[in-house]
Amino acid sequence: MWKLRRMLVLSAVMGAALALTGCGKEEPKPAAKAAEAPKPEPLKVAFAYVGPVGDGGWTFAHDLGRKEAEKEFGDRIKTSFVENVPESADAERVIRDMATQGNKLIFGTTFGYMEPMLKLAPEFKDVKFEHATGYKSAENMRAYDVRAYEGAYVAGIIAGKMTKTNTLGFVASIPIPEVVRNINAFTLGAQSVNPKVKTKVVWINKWFDPGKESEAATALINGGADVLLQNTDSSAVLQTAEKMGKLAFGWDSDMTSYGPKAHLASAIINWAPYYKKAIKDALSGTWKVETNWWGMKEGAIDLVSISDRVPADLKKMAEDKKAEIKEGKFNVWTGPMTSNDGKEMLAKDAQGDDKFIAGIMFYVRGVEGKVPSNK
Amino acid sequence: MLRLEARPAPSTLMRYTAPLIALAITVVFGTFLFLALGKSPLAGLKVFFITPLDNLRGVSEVALKMIPLLLCSLGLAICYRSNIWNIGAEGQLVVGGITAGGVALLASPDSARAYFLLVLLAGILGGMAWASITAFLRDRFNANEILVSLMLSYVGGLLLLYLVNGPWKDPKGFNFPYSKTFEAVAMVPKLLPGTRLTWGIVIALLALIAVWIFVARSKAGFRLQVTGHAPLAARFAGFSAREGIWVSLLISGALAGLAGALEVAGPLGQLTPQFSTGYGFAAIIVAWLGRLHPGGCLFAAFIMALIYIGGELSQSRLGLPAAITGVFQGMLLLSLLTADTFIHYRLRRS
Amino acid sequence: MEQLAALIAATLSAGTPLLLAGIGLLINERSGVVNLGAEGMMLIAAAAGFAVGFHSGSATAGLLAGAAAGALFSLLFSALAIGLVTNQYATGLALTLFGAGLSAFAGLAYVGKSVPFKTTFEIPGLADIPFLGTAFFKLHPMVYLALLLTGVVAWVLARTRLGLTLRAVGESPESAHAIGFPVRGIRVGAVAFGGACCGLAGAYLSLIYTPLWVEGMVAGRGWIALALVTFATWRPWRVALGAYLFGSVTMIQFALQAEGIEIASQLLSMLPYLATIVVLALISRNPAFIRINMPASLGKPFHP
Repeated sequence: MWKLRRMLVLSAVMGAALALTGCGKEEPKPAAKAAEAPKPEPLKVAFAYVGPVGDGGWTFAHDLGRKEAEKEFGDRIKTSFVENVPESADAERVIRDMATQGNKLIFGTTFGYMEPMLKLAPEFKDVKFEHATGYKSAENMRAYDVRAYEGAYVAGIIAGKMTKTNTLGFVASIPIPEVVRNINAFTLGAQSVNPKVKTKVVWINKWFDPGKESEAATALINGGADVLLQNTDSSAVLQTAEKMGKLAFGWDSDMTSYGPKAHLASAIINWAPYYKKAIKDALSGTWKVETNWWGMKEGAIDLVSISDRVPADLKKMAEDKKAEIKEGKFNVWTGPMTSNDGKEMLAKDAQGDDKFIAGIMFYVRGVEGKVPSNK
Repeated sequence: MLRLEARPAPSTLMRYTAPLIALAITVVFGTFLFLALGKSPLAGLKVFFITPLDNLRGVSEVALKMIPLLLCSLGLAICYRSNIWNIGAEGQLVVGGITAGGVALLASPDSARAYFLLVLLAGILGGMAWASITAFLRDRFNANEILVSLMLSYVGGLLLLYLVNGPWKDPKGFNFPYSKTFEAVAMVPKLLPGTRLTWGIVIALLALIAVWIFVARSKAGFRLQVTGHAPLAARFAGFSAREGIWVSLLISGALAGLAGALEVAGPLGQLTPQFSTGYGFAAIIVAWLGRLHPGGCLFAAFIMALIYIGGELSQSRLGLPAAITGVFQGMLLLSLLTADTFIHYRLRRS
Repeated sequence: MEQLAALIAATLSAGTPLLLAGIGLLINERSGVVNLGAEGMMLIAAAAGFAVGFHSGSATAGLLAGAAAGALFSLLFSALAIGLVTNQYATGLALTLFGAGLSAFAGLAYVGKSVPFKTTFEIPGLADIPFLGTAFFKLHPMVYLALLLTGVVAWVLARTRLGLTLRAVGESPESAHAIGFPVRGIRVGAVAFGGACCGLAGAYLSLIYTPLWVEGMVAGRGWIALALVTFATWRPWRVALGAYLFGSVTMIQFALQAEGIEIASQLLSMLPYLATIVVLALISRNPAFIRINMPASLGKPFHP
C-alpha cells in the first residue's frame, strides 16, 4: 500500500507543478490587433497529412497545394496542418480537434481517414469535410482524387519507344487500386506504341524507404528492365537508373535534377487547382457534395520536363496524347482489355467508367506476375 | 570537480522530486526551444501539458491512448525484471490485433453482446502465440530473444498487410486494404458516452493490479525475479530458468495481444494496415521510465500519452512542425531519466 | 551468369550500411554498453552528411561529417548512460526519438536537393574480368572500406592490448576498474566509435546509396544493425556475414518478384527477417557459441 500512495503523491505533485508552470499567464496578445478595422473572419482551413511535409513526395505535394491556395486567397483564409497523422485511431482525434478549433473546411489527404471523417461529419454539420482518394460521402463530406494514371499512360508511350529490351520495370508500393491502375496505365501506354512490351513489377510494401526503392530498381534492371517508373515517394528509383545507365521517370514532382541523364520526363501531381476550387466553393457558399476526380484537363496531372533524349517525333506523340486527354477525346480505359490471366475486363470499344477505374485490382496483359494477395 | 556518489540507500526525497527536476530541465530547454522558434514559451509548454487535459474529451483521449502503452509496458516490465529482453511487444500487439480482428469478423449481428469477450480472448491468445515463438526459440535453441522478437515484429506487420490486402479485405471496399467494419457486438463497450473511451481502460487498470500483485506478492513473481537476477542462486533453490523465459514472455505476449485487441475492437472497429503506431516500441520507454514498477508504468504511460497528443496540438495550435515535437519528447524523456539518477546517486565535490 | 554477378554486387552494396553500423555497435556492445539509439544517430548523420556534402561538393567531406555527427551525438548518450548511469535501453530509445526529430527539423531545407557525386567506380584491370569484375570490382570504395574496417576491428579485438582492455571492460567492469583501467573513459570511447560508424553508415545512405535527404530515410536500418550484432554473437566477421545474408535475401526476394513469381509480395518481404531468425537458431544451438562472446556486463550500468 505504501508504494501505491507514493505513486499517487508523485502524480499529484507532478500535476500541480504542471498547473503552476502552464496556467500562470495567457499568451501576450499582439498590441496591433485592437487597432485593426473589423474584417470578416477568415475561413479556417485545416489539412491532415499522413506523412511529414518533408517527404518529398505525396505529403510534400499536398502541402505545396496548400501554400499556393494560401497565396491566392491571402487573408480571406487561414490554413493550418498536422503532419504525420497515422491511419490509426489517432486520425479521428486529430480531425475532431481541427473541427472543434473552428476549422470550417478540413482536408484529409489519405484513404485511411475515410472512416474517421465519416464518423465526424454528422457531428459537425457546419464543417465541410474533403477526403482524398476515398469513395464514401455524406451531407457535408465529399471525395476528391487525381487521375495519376493519365500521367503514367503518357509516360508509358515514351517508355515503349525508348526501351531496347522491350522490358519495363515498375517499383510499386502498397497494393491498392491506385497503384495497380498506374502499373496498368503505364503498360497500356507502352503497348500502344510497341505491342511487344512487357512490364515487370516489384512491390516494396512501403510508401517510403529510399533504400528499398533503390534495391527494387536494381532487381528490375538486373532482370532486364531498361526503363523504370515508380509509384513510391522518393527519387531513389530514378537515381538508381542513373547510376546503372538506364532510363526512368520522375513521379509526383519534377525530378530532373536527380538524374539528368536517366530522366525521361516527370509525371506530376498538382493539388493546387483543386484546393483553390474547394476553398472558393466554401467561401462563396457554392460547396456541394460531388465527386471530383481531376486529371490533365483540370491541370491536376501533367507530364513535364520531357528530356531532349526523347526524339522529337516521340515528344510530339506524347504531347498530342496529352492534348487528346485534356480535350476529353481519349480514355485510357477503353476496351478490348484483358487481364494478364486472360479474362476479358472490357469488351471491344467499351469504356471503363469511374466505378470500374476505382476498383481496378488486376494486371492488364503484358504485366508479369499477379497482384499481391489477390485471390 | 563534481562526481557522482552512490547513496547508501535510495533517497526518498529524490523519488518525489526527480520528476520535478526533470520537469524543470524540460521547462528550461523548452523555453529556449520555443523562443528560438519565435513562439511564446508559455503557450508552448501549455499546449503540451495543459491543453490535452482541459476538458473531459481531452482526458478521455489521453486515457484511450494510455491503454496500449500501459498494457504493453506492464508485460515488458515483467520480462525485464526477469532478465528477458523482449523488445517485440509491437509484433505481439499486432498479431493480437490480427487474431482479435479475425474473430471479430466472424461475428453476426445477432451474436450475444458478450461476443466482444471472445474477441479479447482471441487477442490475448494471439499475442501469447506470437511471444511463444520467441520463448520456444530461446528455450530450445538458445536463440537470442532481442533479435527474434524484433524480427518477428517486422514479420507480424507484413502478416497484417497480407491479410488486409488479401483474404480479409472488405469485398465492398473498392480493393482498399481494410477489413470490413466489425459488428457492434464485437466491439468493446464505451465507458463514457459521447467519447471514444472504452472499458479498455478499466481492463488495463485491472491488469495493472494483477501484475502488481503478481510481482509483489506471488511466489511465481518472486521466482521470476530470482531466476532473472541471480540465476545460480535460483538453480540452487530449484527454480528453473526455462520457467522464467516462458512465464514472462507469455504474460507479456498476452498483455500486448490484449492491447492489440482493445485497439482494433475499440476506437477503430476494423483491421487496418497501420492500426498500431509503434505502441510496442514506445512501451519499452514507458516500462523503463516507470522503473519496471506497475505503478510507475501507469505514470509513465500517462506522460507518454500526454506528450504524444501535445505534439499534435502544438502543430495545429502553434504551427510547430512535427519534428520539433519529437525533439521535445526526446528531451523530456532524457531529462526524466537524468533526474532518476539522483534517487540512487548524489553529486559530491571531489 | 551475368545476372548472378549483378545480384552479388547489389548484395554487397545493400549490406554495406548494415555492416558499417553493425561493426561500430559491436565495439560499442563489447564494452558492455547497449545503445538503442543507433537509428537516431544514423538519421542525424545522414542529414549532417548530406548538408556538408551539398555545400562542400565533396562526398568525402560529407562522409567524414556524418561520422563526426554520429560520434558527437553518441556523447549525449554517454553523458547520460555512462556519466549519470541512466538506464541504457531507455536512454537509447529516447535518443532515437530525439535524433529522428532533430534530423527532420534540421534537414527540412535539404528536402528535394540533390548532390552530384560519382557513385560508380571501377577498379582498373580487375573490373573487366568476366563475372568477377561485375560482382566484385565495380563497387563504391565504401563497400571495400567497410570490409577493411571489419578486418581491422577483428584484429584489434583479438590481437591487441586495446582489444583485450575493451573486452575486459565489457566482461567485468569491476575487475577492470580494480586493475586500474579507466572503465568509463573506455566505454565513452567505444560508444563514440559506435556513433562514428553509425554516422558513416547514415551518411553513406544519404550521399552514396540513395543520394538524397528525406525525413526518416534510414527506415529501420539502425534496428537491423543492432539485431545483427546479436546475430553475429558479437564477432566481427559474423556481422559481415549477417549483413550480406540480410542484403542477399532482400535482393533475392526482389529478384523473384521481378521474375513474376506468384507468391504474395508481403510474404516474400518476410524472408530476410525469417532467414535471420532461422540462421540464428541454428548457430545458437551450441550455447558455448554465444556465452563465450556475449559481454557479461552488457546493458548493466557501472559506477565506480
